[in-house]
Amino acid sequence: MRTADQTLDEILNLAAAHFKVSREKLTPDDDFFKTLGIDSLQALDLLTKLEHHFHVELPDYEMQGVSDFRTLAERIQSRL
Amino acid sequence: MSSFQGKALSWEMKAGVIELALHRDPCNEIGSLTLEELEQFTEALEKLQSDAHALILYSTQKAGFCAGADLRELYHRSQGMAKNDAVAGIREFLERIHRVMNAIDAAPLTTIAAVHGVTFGGGFELALVSDLIIADKMARFCFPELRLGLVPGFGGIPRLKRDLGNGVVRDLLLTGRSFNSTKAQQVGLVSQVVGEGEALRAARATAAQLGKFDRRTAIAAKQFIKPIPYDELRKEIDIFCELFAHPAVEVGLRKFVESTDAQPYLP
Repeated sequence: MRTADQTLDEILNLAAAHFKVSREKLTPDDDFFKTLGIDSLQALDLLTKLEHHFHVELPDYEMQGVSDFRTLAERIQSRL
Repeated sequence: MSSFQGKALSWEMKAGVIELALHRDPCNEIGSLTLEELEQFTEALEKLQSDAHALILYSTQKAGFCAGADLRELYHRSQGMAKNDAVAGIREFLERIHRVMNAIDAAPLTTIAAVHGVTFGGGFELALVSDLIIADKMARFCFPELRLGLVPGFGGIPRLKRDLGNGVVRDLLLTGRSFNSTKAQQVGLVSQVVGEGEALRAARATAAQLGKFDRRTAIAAKQFIKPIPYDELRKEIDIFCELFAHPAVEVGLRKFVESTDAQPYLP
């Protein structure tokens, strides 16, 4: 079982790799739309990547209003 | 004609396989232009199908297979029109798109949708007319119509009911959530999940395999196992038009059109 910190770290690594951003530039409380420079379509790509990586389903509506990595990690952790 | 290059789509036939490519920016939204070219395609299909054993539908757009109906066109066209005229206009559009969808659904050859990325609303409905769906692992399927105060209108509900268990249909329709390709395969919607960028290659390999079978047998099998739910398709148009007259739809469409997000797809 992953810890919440491990989940958060894996999300940051995955987002950095997928959107080709330096991992050092990403912090847990970043607004990922701004930091990654993505729109909601690209956020869906991120959601798909995360679902495959963690083998979970995360309904889109649970992403509504979520814009920072820490909250995103909490949502995923609750489904692990 | 065995090949065509349009503004929204193109097609060509090679070795008994027709490939229909969607290529309209940003993500193949289906409006009047795409509809006209789809009608040209189904007209051409009547002549091509005697020499073809398979049809592949795919998108050249990076964002995905198809984001559905062109909601911006729908909103702007209905502005300034009397409600009855707007409803009559949408009914005519739906009648036409249903003729296209039904023609592809019933075509006497095996049809394959090779999808990636956004496969939403009308785009999902276009994939559903195919006999097989081959999905890139980054594909997502969704019916977001309820957030607009509508139901899917291009034949999605009857075809989902034909192909899937009713619980899955309710999940997709009533929550408006999107399924990734793995989930879509688990529920029986997708026949193959392939790596990123591999859907068209896999569809071509499948089409080549289909060419080995006796054509008459393949057609008989398809007609036996894939009935067209004509009565329910008619009913869907009626329900859509009834809902379209409600003020909530205009509010939902305006919210979508006025969104500052370039791709406001999240339900």
